[in-house]
Amino acid sequence: MKRLSTQPCERIDRSAPLYFQWQGKRYQGYAGDTLASAMLANDIALVGRSFKYGRQRGIMAAGTEEANALVTLETAGYHTPNARATETELYDGMSAIAGSGVPSLNSDMRAWLKPFHRFMAAGFYYKMFKWPQKLWPVYEDNLRKLSGFSKAPDSNDAEIYDHQYHHADIAIVGGGPAGLAAALNAANAGASVILVDERHAVGGEMISDCAGNEAAKAWFAETLAALEAHDNVRMFPRTTAYALHDQNLLLALERRQDHLPLGARNPHVSRQRSHRIRAKQVILATGSHERPMMFANNDLPGVMLAGAMRRYLNEYAVLCGDNPVIAGNNDSIYDLAADLLRAGIKATVVDCRSGYDAGALTSQGVTVRQGYAVVDAIEKQGRVGAVKIAQTTLKGNKWTQGSAQEVLSCDALATSGGFSPLVHLDCHTGSKPAFDADFQAFMPACDKPNRFVAGSIRGHSDWQGSAADGAYAAAQAVEKIPSVSPFTKGSTLQQSQEVIEGSPPLQKGEQGGFNSPQPKSLNTAPFLVLEQGRGKTFIDMQNDVKASDIELAIRENYRSIEHIKRYTALGFGTDQGKTGNVNGIAIAAEVMGRDIAEVGTTTFRPMYTPVTLGALAGEEIGLLFDPQRFTPMQASHIANGADFETVGQWMRPWYFPKAGEDMHAAVQRECLATRSELGMMDASTLGKIDIQGPDAREFLARVYTNAWEKLAPGKCRYGLMCGEDGMIKDDGVTACISDTHFLMTTTTGGAASVFTHLETWLQTEWPELNVYLTSVTDHWSTTAVVGPKARRVMEQICDDIDFSAENFPFMDWREGTVLGVPARVMRISFSGELSYEINVQANYGRYIWDKVTEIGRQYNVTHYGTESMHVLRAEKGYIIVGQDTDGSITPQDANMGWAVSTNKTYPFLGQRALSRSDSMRPDRKQLVGLYTQDPQKVLPEGAQLVNAEGDNAMIGHVTSSYMSPILGRSIAMAVVKGGLSRMGETIYAKPLSGEVVPLTIVDSIFYDQAKEKLDGEA
Amino acid sequence: MLLLECPYCKEARDEQEFSYAGEALIQRPALDCSDDEWGVYLFHRKNPKGIHLEQWSHALGCRKLFMVERSTIDNTIHAIRTFESLAADKQQAQGDEQ
Repeated sequence: MKRLSTQPCERIDRSAPLYFQWQGKRYQGYAGDTLASAMLANDIALVGRSFKYGRQRGIMAAGTEEANALVTLETAGYHTPNARATETELYDGMSAIAGSGVPSLNSDMRAWLKPFHRFMAAGFYYKMFKWPQKLWPVYEDNLRKLSGFSKAPDSNDAEIYDHQYHHADIAIVGGGPAGLAAALNAANAGASVILVDERHAVGGEMISDCAGNEAAKAWFAETLAALEAHDNVRMFPRTTAYALHDQNLLLALERRQDHLPLGARNPHVSRQRSHRIRAKQVILATGSHERPMMFANNDLPGVMLAGAMRRYLNEYAVLCGDNPVIAGNNDSIYDLAADLLRAGIKATVVDCRSGYDAGALTSQGVTVRQGYAVVDAIEKQGRVGAVKIAQTTLKGNKWTQGSAQEVLSCDALATSGGFSPLVHLDCHTGSKPAFDADFQAFMPACDKPNRFVAGSIRGHSDWQGSAADGAYAAAQAVEKIPSVSPFTKGSTLQQSQEVIEGSPPLQKGEQGGFNSPQPKSLNTAPFLVLEQGRGKTFIDMQNDVKASDIELAIRENYRSIEHIKRYTALGFGTDQGKTGNVNGIAIAAEVMGRDIAEVGTTTFRPMYTPVTLGALAGEEIGLLFDPQRFTPMQASHIANGADFETVGQWMRPWYFPKAGEDMHAAVQRECLATRSELGMMDASTLGKIDIQGPDAREFLARVYTNAWEKLAPGKCRYGLMCGEDGMIKDDGVTACISDTHFLMTTTTGGAASVFTHLETWLQTEWPELNVYLTSVTDHWSTTAVVGPKARRVMEQICDDIDFSAENFPFMDWREGTVLGVPARVMRISFSGELSYEINVQANYGRYIWDKVTEIGRQYNVTHYGTESMHVLRAEKGYIIVGQDTDGSITPQDANMGWAVSTNKTYPFLGQRALSRSDSMRPDRKQLVGLYTQDPQKVLPEGAQLVNAEGDNAMIGHVTSSYMSPILGRSIAMAVVKGGLSRMGETIYAKPLSGEVVPLTIVDSIFYDQAKEKLDGEA
Repeated sequence: MLLLECPYCKEARDEQEFSYAGEALIQRPALDCSDDEWGVYLFHRKNPKGIHLEQWSHALGCRKLFMVERSTIDNTIHAIRTFESLAADKQQAQGDEQ
């Protein structure tokens, strides 16, 4: 393997030598090289170890279909696992190591086990490591060390990613002759075109044609120049279309900076970009992948695809061997022989067919052996050194093999077993490819609307045919685009034909117009599945699946190709069987004695090639993925030393520790201060929905379980909301502003879902109700002033409201002016203490909070957070929806039957469900209080409850559990089967710690059952 | 990834703007129905191979709900209707019968 002198159409820049590291050693390549071409130029044969047997592997392909050359690039923030060397553009200073090899590439321990390899067929792990079950963790640990390829990155990605959205009349995938001709034809007709191509420059396989054909070279140059000059063409090189979804949403990954040296990458430019392209029409000109021939030891380094050897020669001026053998079953192998001859190399062609006229080659000294096939490859110093060939004859569809074998020495082996169209994108929306005997390939169905296929995906084998087919597809596509004028539509096809020299003539169709150009046949022979050496014939290189593994799977009665795939791992891994799958299908068909068409393919799913997680996420990471919401008082909370907890997306003060305090001490202090003097809490995060309209009251009656007819303006009411299944969904206080205007509050986390729930019912079931909903959560801020001394503060800060208990009773609200700011003051309580919630326009929130804090100092005001709020409410037995309920708790289960009114004219949501037999079961889990028999023992929330110490049958679980400062003991709420009728009974908690904790079932109102505290100090 | 035309905004937009809101045209039985009927209403949903009638909400747009007739086989959108127009059709049909 070596670099040749300048080749006619090479794409390397010899004036720009680059240096790179492979396995710690320094090598030289050129700008325009891939890592793979530079490795081949440096005679590096061994690039990886196989997945299961640790066999030596070399570069087998020149593009995305590479199965062996998986490498790890760079380290730390730039660490890139499992990059295919064949797709990795070389840059100066690149550092690459092999993605496989334990402990090292040159000495793999899996290879040491060679004597045992014959016992390690498909299913080996399932069968072997079953016993003894206890040892599985040991097996797993060791197997994991051996499996996989590159190591996962161990630090954060240093680079950024983003997404971009596009619209186009026509999106074209693939920049080979078909894609280019399609793009130009469509653009000339006036359509807007996006063309994506996975390589760094367009041209596809045409570069090899250009090397030997002046007409090809001229057409390519002219077409490219015309496209680049076109205003309505956007071309994206280095961009792989990885999925095609419904209604022509094409997803494509653009590698924007991967080809640049690390130091030259702009930190403000995304490394990769995922394009989301919505196109009216899609033309798939994705091409095809060559299949390897199947024979023993076909995985040796030095064995590669014929098309790859041709590309390395023409694009990179790399000669893969001085004495190569080219083996195949179709006409394309002679193109490689001709190109090699031009470079002065006389290859030996081994064609399993007979009859191809190779006179032009043989006359110049190329050896051609027709009717022969390679049956075994022989290793010499870590790469292929010779091949055994035998005679082959085809009768019908069946091959027979002669017994005499001959050895040909060689230093490289190129094979071509035919071409598999890249049907992947066409299949992502559910189409199934169908086997075509003429092409010996699965051809795209292309049966979805607004989609076309063109070029080698349709079986075209030469650039002229592909280009003509692309132009034809574009003409068909523009017909369907309304914005393109009818005048240009008709003329585009004929014009395009005239410029492609040697293209197949257009045939008139039966219904007028033209038929699509007929592909030129490669005369691909049926799959040659040999009898001998199946135990060493590798079908899926990446997963070490051999022909014998497929045989074994079938012997064990796996018949569906989907099952055979999963049992053997055929088509798994990062290359998803790009070269191996169809060969595997052919072997399965041969072994089962069925037609390939009948066996069918496995399912092609996105992604076509691996996509980095970074590109999938784009900019939606961190706070752009999960934003934080703050109340207007946030800055004051920070100044007051709050620790925060996240509720929904809100950052809420959790507790306000003083110097040296832990959470427990802070909560103890906050709770006692609130119950004895004065507390303050930021309640701004509660969801608020403004409900207006003549039918607002009726609407509330339908969505809440309790009655709303008589709630007068100036009054508030606690509401309980159920789903149609009768289970508690949300709760909160709603204030009546006027007969046609209410303000609903929801739980902090439930605001969005409640709003959607209400809108859905209004729009779908009750369009007759004249009601309008507006989310006003962020419009208001709420300062809760809580505790026996709350009235004194309120009287000081507001003089237009009478705060006396008689004139401003519990569950009333008043409109007034607080500290000069218009406010709604609600006397509601989530603690059982006297409590006023001051609601002001949100931008006054911090002013009110700070002022109240200042005035409250005279009364020893204490800020408290959500943790103390939870303790205070649990002491009163108030539920938190979502903590004490879980979607399986009815109002009755929660002991809140008092909030259910069943005599409404229109039944409330969930009403019917409450009388279902299941909702009436006496052994439903019901919400009760629990006392631990040791008052200092605090149960973990979620602890399982059982009837007796020795029981394991769960009868419920702890939903809330705290140390109550005011009671000086632990309290808990729990759901217990039939719990409401078991007051005073002893049950047990069995937390994960393994303890057994005796408990007494009690009422869930632990503090101030007589509600003496509600009016504050006397 | 669907492309849906909101019948209120009158523009085709990406599925990302919408949220699925369950099966459409589920009949809410009367309160005196049997437990079984209520159970069917609550828990039984169609899972057809073919045309499915479903509700979508233009969640990041006008917030209106509407009905989509979608083929579950190939995601073809056969029709998009507002509930108002469905109600009008129903009224018309009743009128025709009389």
